[in-house]
Amino acid sequence: MCNLRMRNEISSKGREERSKALAGIDRREFLSFCALMSVTLGLGPSFIPKIAEAIEKATRRPSVIWLHFAECTGDSEAFIRSTNPSIEELILNIVSVDYHETIMAASGEAAEGALQKAMEENRGKYIAVCEGAIPMGKPPGPNTKKGDYLTIAGKTGIELAREVCQDAAAIMCVGNCASFGGVQAQYPNPTGAVGVEEATGIPTLKVPGCPHNVVNSVAVIVNFLLLGSFPKTDKLGRPLFAYGKRIHDHCLRRAHFDAGQFVEKFGDAGAKEKWCLYKVGCKGPQTYHNCSVVEYNDGTSWPVKAGHGCIGCSEPQFWDNMSPFYERLPNIKLPGVEASVDKVGFTLVGAAAAGAAIHGAYTFLNRKKFDPTINDKEE
Amino acid sequence: MARHVIDPITRIEGHLRIEIEVQDGKVKDAWSSGTLWRGFEVFLKNRDPRDAWIITQRVCGVCTTVHALASVKCVEDAIGIQIPDNARLVRNLIHGAQYVHDHIVHFYHLHALDWVDVVSALSADPKKTSELANSFNPNAPNSGPGDFRTVREKLQKFVNSGQLGPFTNGYWGHPAYKLPPEANLMAVAHYLQALALQSRLARMHAIFGAKNPHIQTYAVGGVTSVADLNADSISEFLFILDEGRKFVDNVYLPDVLAVAPFYLDWASIGGGLKNYLSYGMFPGEGGKEPDSLWFPRGVIKGRDITTTHPVDAEKIKEEVTHAWYQYKEDHPLHPSEGETDPWYTGIETNKPDGKYSWLKTPRYDDMPCEVGPLSRMLVNYASGHKSTVENVNNVLNALGVGPEILFSTLGRTAARAIETKVIADEMGAWINELLANIKHGDLDTFTDFEMPDKASGFGMTEAPRGALGHWIEIENGKIGNYQLIVPTTWNGSPRDAKGRRSSFEESLIGTPVHDPKRPVEILRTIHSFDPCLACSVHVIDPVTNEVYETRAI
Repeated sequence: MCNLRMRNEISSKGREERSKALAGIDRREFLSFCALMSVTLGLGPSFIPKIAEAIEKATRRPSVIWLHFAECTGDSEAFIRSTNPSIEELILNIVSVDYHETIMAASGEAAEGALQKAMEENRGKYIAVCEGAIPMGKPPGPNTKKGDYLTIAGKTGIELAREVCQDAAAIMCVGNCASFGGVQAQYPNPTGAVGVEEATGIPTLKVPGCPHNVVNSVAVIVNFLLLGSFPKTDKLGRPLFAYGKRIHDHCLRRAHFDAGQFVEKFGDAGAKEKWCLYKVGCKGPQTYHNCSVVEYNDGTSWPVKAGHGCIGCSEPQFWDNMSPFYERLPNIKLPGVEASVDKVGFTLVGAAAAGAAIHGAYTFLNRKKFDPTINDKEE
Repeated sequence: MARHVIDPITRIEGHLRIEIEVQDGKVKDAWSSGTLWRGFEVFLKNRDPRDAWIITQRVCGVCTTVHALASVKCVEDAIGIQIPDNARLVRNLIHGAQYVHDHIVHFYHLHALDWVDVVSALSADPKKTSELANSFNPNAPNSGPGDFRTVREKLQKFVNSGQLGPFTNGYWGHPAYKLPPEANLMAVAHYLQALALQSRLARMHAIFGAKNPHIQTYAVGGVTSVADLNADSISEFLFILDEGRKFVDNVYLPDVLAVAPFYLDWASIGGGLKNYLSYGMFPGEGGKEPDSLWFPRGVIKGRDITTTHPVDAEKIKEEVTHAWYQYKEDHPLHPSEGETDPWYTGIETNKPDGKYSWLKTPRYDDMPCEVGPLSRMLVNYASGHKSTVENVNNVLNALGVGPEILFSTLGRTAARAIETKVIADEMGAWINELLANIKHGDLDTFTDFEMPDKASGFGMTEAPRGALGHWIEIENGKIGNYQLIVPTTWNGSPRDAKGRRSSFEESLIGTPVHDPKRPVEILRTIHSFDPCLACSVHVIDPVTNEVYETRAI
């Protein structure tokens, strides 16, 4: 990537060329974006020019219809934090965001008109991006019907989701809510909220997280541009490039886990030394997500780096299954692990090698349990 | 008289429907409906109180961090612990950064298109645009003729593509747009600049808070990012903050001053209510509230900005005459005795006593109140808050107007810009306090505690959109009950039993509407409040119709 940058700096020396590049896409920024996407998708450097070509050759930017259901708009906010490419480039040059309630100019009828227009002009070709869960419950009251907990332009969330999703080329759920029901679906799920796939019966690709990481949603879009399809997923519908490994597998603090060095309380000596957060509730060992690799906000930080355990926000029903968030993994069905970690936790730093050995043993024994190909709903 | 419905209202957080009745080209009556309910109080029940902040932060991903703050405060109040000074400062920095980020996004990306005609920018002269930009601010960045030509070309290329994306079906060419093409081009350039800037500003949250949206660094008892209290992180934070301050000084405030003279009629439109409520924010050393708060807590009655009145939380009551709930007896209730008996009827704005929203209607001392940046600036101003008074006066003087213009749509928008500057300018002082602590070897960020079996507490603070309160009852060490009263409930709620409207509805009365099918004037006023609907709709248990109890002190 470094070489690429240098090459482009040299080639874009001339003032005229520079202003030309700025008028459209900043070439250097563009190629570094292509490189990032290539790495994120695990495609290797040879794909960088192919990604660039696929985007540049597209005569029409693919239409994106972004729907909001029961949500907090955190995934839209996450999306506009994109830095590589910049959100400006994404919106102006890469895709055509034809409907997105948070940023679109039109309201009311004009907004509905924009939605209809986008659907008609791009039927079967647009990407539907869904943010938020679909409430399926029926509120008490006279003449109520299923889904009345959410209405947009007089339609319920489920009606809108069906209408838009059935004619989409592909559907991407951003965030845990659209993927699996999210925060409002936790016990006792008062509105009967479910993910878009469950509500519509139409398969979706899921980029869960709370909110999702924009690096991953953009990589999915690029995959679509490049290959005309979404990337390979696990059985839950999450792209393997981002959800194929556990947080724990690439955690910067992993060595401290192996060495038996744990934060016992926030702010203690271990916390200052950036030790492992497992004992104060980190769910990294049971969470499939690439946070520890790509981080958030242009690679600035991520929860474990900020001294707080992972809460498992990319997993289905994590609000119920991963909480209480400040307790060690509850109901962890790996008898060897609790014992091992406790034992490791009580050992002194000098016994690190022993700790690593114990940890290695349990990882090996339980590898099957964490294999993404069997990490499905039956678990 | 004709009724018109605008649904969905876009460029806001959440799902909002506005219905207006227009007579002789002006709004005669208005109805505001929140159209989503999620049930936060229901699923908070029986949870570990330490988890409440993580859950409630998901109330809103736009004003992310503020629910987290109100939540840890209410649990800490219940337990009776004081957090370390470093934790107070990190929280203040994260809270302050929220304003610097969120207000800029609101002005440029959620509000600007109500004032700026993007298509008109195509016919602007880049040289004249540069002169215009420099006339307001000689330090304006990226403001040469070439810069504006580049932006115009970029825009032209985009329009020529035939795919207008988010600008499809905008109200371009509407006679309510008054800016000359050059001012429109300048605004479009700054829209794009702010778009890039906001992702950098959000990194202030990530530095101490792991990520944005939805930080993951708070904990009941303090903050977890002790390892980030170092020179590297702090200097990076300062660097980004400085970029934000420069933008506020050289772009945001000058833009407000540049645009306002073309829209001075909006200084007498959209005023709405006459009472303003602020809970105050940014605790000082010792953390005592409201005494140590840098932004004071107070109420202004009848637009009298010579006096503020203290806030007594016992005087907050909610009622449900026009909301999709039923009370056993027909009178307003304090949150501590709040009943939550849902009754969805569909939109009934055609009946005088009909129900039409998931938002309850809160009143303070039986008064409808506005909350938000305007309320805060007015309470600060009336309290003699030094930097607020100075900055408000600067803006009023620059426009050659008096403080009465603040009670308007334009005033609300100007107040938000002024507030951004007031807060951004102060944040360096908190950094200095943090540095002084670190220099003295104080890295304390967390106060340990035992969770009591039974306790109650509350946390009051301010979201960018206004007054925010969380109340908790702890029972058997778990959440027995949890209540939130949030900004857009105050502003966007339906009218009360006495027929008195809340802020959105009241402020629309008298608004000129050129063409109800293209209601850009309505959007101006509604957006001036920066609505956040996900926040507002949250109370009830539809299964058990259970009565929730909280205590307000």
